[in-house]
This record gives sequence, structure tokens and C-alpha cells, in this order.
Amino acid sequence: MDRYITTPLTIQKVEELQAGDYVYITGTIFTARDAAHQRMYESMLQGGEIPIELQDNIIYYLGPTPEREGQVIGSAGPTTSSRMDKYTPMLLEQGLKGMIGKGKRNNEVIASMVKNKAVYFAAVGGAGALLSKKIKESKVIAYDDLGTEAIRELYVEEFPVIVVVDSQGNNLYEIVMQKC
Amino acid sequence: MRTISTDIIIQNIKEMCIEANYKLASDVEERVRGAKLSEESILGKQILGQLSENLDIAVSDNIPICQDTGMAIIFVKIGQEVHIEGVNLEDAINEGIRQGYEEGYLRKSVVSDPLIRLNTKDNTPGIIHYEIVPGDRLELTVAPKGFGSENMSRIYMLKPSDGVNGVKQAVLETVKLAGPNACPPIVVGVGIGGSFEKSALLSKKALTRNMNQPSPKEHIRKLEEELLVEINQLGIGPGGLGGKITALGVNIETYPTHIAGLPVAINICCHVNRHVNRIL
Repeated sequence: MDRYITTPLTIQKVEELQAGDYVYITGTIFTARDAAHQRMYESMLQGGEIPIELQDNIIYYLGPTPEREGQVIGSAGPTTSSRMDKYTPMLLEQGLKGMIGKGKRNNEVIASMVKNKAVYFAAVGGAGALLSKKIKESKVIAYDDLGTEAIRELYVEEFPVIVVVDSQGNNLYEIVMQKC
Repeated sequence: MRTISTDIIIQNIKEMCIEANYKLASDVEERVRGAKLSEESILGKQILGQLSENLDIAVSDNIPICQDTGMAIIFVKIGQEVHIEGVNLEDAINEGIRQGYEEGYLRKSVVSDPLIRLNTKDNTPGIIHYEIVPGDRLELTVAPKGFGSENMSRIYMLKPSDGVNGVKQAVLETVKLAGPNACPPIVVGVGIGGSFEKSALLSKKALTRNMNQPSPKEHIRKLEEELLVEINQLGIGPGGLGGKITALGVNIETYPTHIAGLPVAINICCHVNRHVNRIL
């Protein structure tokens, strides 16, 4: 079913979402992809701080193209999530409630999502121009030296995603692939 | 002898990098837009509709089709009667990439060392394949390649006895393993024959071929058609969320091989299968 949600993504909102739901997200979300994840992970391992609050928040796996003058952001579609799998359970333990990407997650991530009550959304891969229109504000807030891989705070309006894995561990990709 | 200045090459490579990332070749665009008509899944239709809309916005709002504007793969066919004047050809091509990715507001996605991983910040170097051919022309193909799909590509060193069924199995297994990761609907480039590295190069080249021009070899054309049908029977569908349209096309290139071998390389590309060709 179609659902409209706003961030922060509280546990109550997470529990309402079911695999297969088409969801429009409004509110603040954060971007991070490979290099930013690695840096946050290493910092957390050493007991250090990370630049974003994870509790009840959503991370979007995104490295956009540079924006032209007058544009909020360049092309802004999802990258493949599985490369973030190694780092994800630790973020979920710290309260991260949602992730937006594309493609499969491993069993450790899904087990941690069930344990910590979180949801994995897919955005449409290769629709970066379309998705950029749903992003109303964007600013780099950390790891500026990483270029496109820096952490950005975005404000999105009705950003379209599909629930692939819900907080009970139901997995839409698995359901599709079992029929293959 | 015909002389071509590297200034002209730089200018063309720059323009081609930009063009490829904002507008799909007509054969690919037709298939992306046409896919919605054949798709039966409701979610699949919705996703395919978004992909068409995405292509419209890319042109109207001047935003790259996909944020992964790729590593620049360049095929260069140099007529042996061409004399190149100016700087080193490889430097000229990389300069074209540098200017194109900067002026075209394209993402810089290249790291200088695969393990140290520092971004080169200008998307160079590109990956350049040269071929010496008869004539006095210089043919350039620019094919920016995203790595979501590149990462799902594979090579199989099959036995000759595996035959055509072995080839089919290898392709279907690769597409299945790619599943939702490669941004379906995908385009499948297959290289059969040659050696280990030749098959990989053929599979990449296959992706740059117009999908409306099937292989001139009868048995390969048949294999392309059969594989497209069988891939679309897998049910992976747009976005990997189920449906009939998993692939938009299958292009196969072949080369003679050794009596002991049957190399098969499968290069997966997402629906944003970018390639621009120019003859100077």
C-alpha cells in the first residue's frame, strides 16, 4: 500500500511499514556511502564520535553529481547497498532506523534490522535526475574532503521508495527470487 | 596520410562524455520507453514509468541521467593512414575526459590506486582500448560505465563440451546473481571465444553495439534472441521487484578461440547503457 511518512523514523512508524509498501518520505535524511561509512566505522571502533545523530534517522546511500548554479543537488539516485553491509549492524545498534539504497543485504544486516527494529528501502536505481527533484535542501555537514562521498544533510519531500526489508525481516527481493 | 590534431580529439572526447551522460542513444531509449508496454507487474510498470520520466528530466533540467556517471571507457579505432599531431594521444584522451567531467557537472568516481583509494578528482584516467584499422579515419566510442552493474559481471572458462547450453547457463546464472543490484532492466553484453581477457573486451564492446543490429552470424543472432526470452522468464523484473522485463537486450560478440577452450564473459549494464560514437 501507499504510505506517507515523515522523519524522524520512530519505532512506531517502523513497525507499521511492511515489505512491498510504496512509501513517500518527507523530512531530514543523511547521505553516506562507502568512504563515509568506513570512516564512521573506524571512528566508532576507536570509541570516537561520528558526525551524525543516528537515533531514529535514515541514511541514504548516495554520491550525487555536482549541482549546477540554481540546482539544489545534481543527479541523486541510490548506490548498491551491499557494500555498506560490513558497517551497517554497528550503526543499527546505535539507533539508525532506516536505510535507502538498492540491491540485496546480507543476513547479518537483516538479523540486526530485526533485532533493532529498522527498515530497508529501495529507491529506483538509475533514476537520479527524477529523484533529485524530490530533494529540496542539501548541505555537506561532514567529511568534505571525500568529495561526492561526503556526508550531506538533505531535506526531502515525498521522496519515493519501496520497503524491501521490513522490521520483521520480510524480504521483497527474496520473495521475487524464490520464484526464479 | 591524413593529419588529425589532438586538439580536435580533446574537444570531441569532452563533448562525447557530456552527451553520453545526458541523453541515451536512440536504440536504448526506445527500449526503455517501450518496456512499459510489455510489462505486466504493476510495480514494474510504475518503475518503468519513472525511468521514462527520468530521461525527460535529464534533458529538460540538465541533470545527468544517473549519478554514477561512470568510469570513461574509450574505444579508439585508428586508421593506419592517420597521422596524429600535437600531444601524446593518451594524454589528449584523458584531457578530453577531464574537461568533459568538469564542464558537464559529472561525478568524479575514479580512485588513483585500487587499495589506497584516493579520488583523482577529475575522473581520469579513462580506460582506453586501441585498434589499428585500414583507412584514414579515427573512430571514437565513449562509453561511461557505472559500477553497480560492472560489479555483477563475470567470466567463465567453460569446456568446449559445455557448448551452447553451457554458455546459456553461464549467462542466466550471472543475471540471476546480479538480481536487483545491477539496476534492472539491464543490457547484457556477452563475449564468447578468444582468451580470458579477449572475452571480457568483447563483452564490453557488445554493450556498445546498437541493439537494433543483431549479430550478422545466424547462430549467434538466434542465441541473442533465445537468451533475451529466457532472461525475461526469470521474473526478476524492473528494480528486481518482479516482472517480465529483466533485460532490454542481449548483444553477443565472438572471436576464434583455442581447441581446448570456451571463454565466456558477461558484462552487465544497467538500463543507462551509455555510448556515443563519432568518426573523425
